[in-house]
Amino acid sequence: MDWLFFGEISLAGLAMGGLYALIALGFVIIYKATRVINFAIGEIMMFAAYLFLAFAGALEMSPWVALPLAVLGGSILGGVIEKVMIRPMLGESPISVVMVTIGIASILVGLVELIWGADPQLLPSFLPREPVFIGEMYLAPKIAYGFLIGAALLILYLLYFRFSRGGVALRATASDQAAAYSMGINVRRVFNLAWVFGSLAASLAGVLVAATGGLSPQFGAIGLSVLVVVIVGGLDSILGALIAGVFIGWLETVAGAYLGGEYRMPATFAVLAVILVIRPYGLFGTHEIERV
Amino acid sequence: MRIGDAKQTYEADEAIWTSPTQKFWFALLLLSLLVFPFMANAYLLYLGCLVGIAVISTTGLNILTGFTGLISLGQAGFMGVGGYTVAWFSLNTGLPFPVTLLLAGLLAAAVGILVGLPSLRVKGLYLAIATLAASVFLHFIFAEWESVTGGMGGLSLEPAHLFGFSFQSDFGMYFIIVPLAVLMVFAARNVFRTRIGRAFIAIRDRDISAEILGIDLLRYKLMSFALSSFYAGVAGGLFAYFYRVVTPESFPLSMSIFYLAAVIVGGMGNLLGGILGAAFMTLIPEILKLLTAALTPFYPNAPVFMSPMLEIIFGALIVGFLIFEPHGLAEIWHRIRRFFSLWPFRN
Repeated sequence: MDWLFFGEISLAGLAMGGLYALIALGFVIIYKATRVINFAIGEIMMFAAYLFLAFAGALEMSPWVALPLAVLGGSILGGVIEKVMIRPMLGESPISVVMVTIGIASILVGLVELIWGADPQLLPSFLPREPVFIGEMYLAPKIAYGFLIGAALLILYLLYFRFSRGGVALRATASDQAAAYSMGINVRRVFNLAWVFGSLAASLAGVLVAATGGLSPQFGAIGLSVLVVVIVGGLDSILGALIAGVFIGWLETVAGAYLGGEYRMPATFAVLAVILVIRPYGLFGTHEIERV
Repeated sequence: MRIGDAKQTYEADEAIWTSPTQKFWFALLLLSLLVFPFMANAYLLYLGCLVGIAVISTTGLNILTGFTGLISLGQAGFMGVGGYTVAWFSLNTGLPFPVTLLLAGLLAAAVGILVGLPSLRVKGLYLAIATLAASVFLHFIFAEWESVTGGMGGLSLEPAHLFGFSFQSDFGMYFIIVPLAVLMVFAARNVFRTRIGRAFIAIRDRDISAEILGIDLLRYKLMSFALSSFYAGVAGGLFAYFYRVVTPESFPLSMSIFYLAAVIVGGMGNLLGGILGAAFMTLIPEILKLLTAALTPFYPNAPVFMSPMLEIIFGALIVGFLIFEPHGLAEIWHRIRRFFSLWPFRN
């Protein structure tokens, strides 16, 4: 076995996993606060990446201006979606709400195709190009820097949830909605905030992933890998999202490199199936006790 | 004039026909279904067949999602099992179509039971993801098990045949698909008049209460999965005979979502809704195609916009129905019926 190759592949996988963790975090924030599974997360990522393409490519802005703008655009999109389409569904069955997000995903794919066409596109490259070496192992610079930017946002988020007013309100709402209400927390605003923050994380990850792998209207399919991540980690666990994200990213890349690209999805879904059997609520998820 | 429909016995409440008027209209419907292929042109006939297949699959999904409350993203996978079963048996054994269709349904039901097994421990969205996982695996098997499924190239099959008569044209297929659709919808209707169907509904409404009432959750959930996949398998088999080719791409994930959307747009937990939803969702793209064709002389670019517009309309329909008309087309239908029942009074 070629350990250097394995190391390089693993490293690339771990970096990709870091981005998965970021997307999964966006997913978990929304789920924790609002109990909505957002099947449209991949499409929100895609939309932000296309915004970046428009700002940096067509309007020729500096990528470092375009990136925040695109991420901002993605977060606003998340907020608008929550206001217009998710809020009216408050109190409906989970199946219905999930279907609404699937509908939103379809609308976004159509919009993107309508505006930017169906052909794959390349993002203007904005990350440093010098190869990165860790020991002897080579790591593609786009992946390495993407990981670093993603990790920075992750840390910011964790600090925000821990110490800021908004973060505390979010955690309070997540743990007990009714109690949060009675303590004077504006739960509606928290819901909106959760969607904005969730979409922000996803948007940043979207631009970074698209910068390494290119962009097309099918880009949102990455949302499927993220679903696996959050189910394995536990839908409502931030820690779970981080650990499972890195693990699934690694597994997917290694399976793709050693068994062939067509094994990427089955490999991760096999892990998913095993987890569902032994720990149905994910590695770190809470098992809710139901009473009649 | 009929006003209200107070029923005095359980039997009356469960009766399929509540009034002679209903029988009359149903007979008229059957008659028009029978006359349709003789009047319609090739295109309408093709659409009729597509709607028939969609009705069967949607009814199956409705049993699982609408009546038992188990959301499934695996419908296309189960249809794929049916499609490949039919293709393999008709290529390798030359069995006539009623046998292969039955086998397709049974094999899909077996796979459905397997997929439903996690439903004992997980439910709601975790289960949805489990069915999604199943459809990923099935897709993988279709693409990779080349000795049986022909890999990415798929399998081509001979037209359906019975007693030396081969159903080659859409005209012939219509007389397989539509009677089967009617039969299977009726079968589903009757399931919900039995204790099995009642158990499904009890599980949907509150599974823990159902368990306390003595309903064996796992058994009935698996039964629901099996029944629903049986419908999917038959629909997939018909799909295979209709297009006479099956490839892994014939049953994409978007197809599962399509059927889920059809159930929702039609009305979850309502068989009539499933039928309306299936027809509506199948015909929308065709209507859009006609519209595009009509617009092309004025806007030569119109065809370019069609496929994204379709995505947008598809999504907007799902979102719009869920927000504004959660009970779907079936509820609109009931409103119209109520209007005529109560006329000239207003409610």
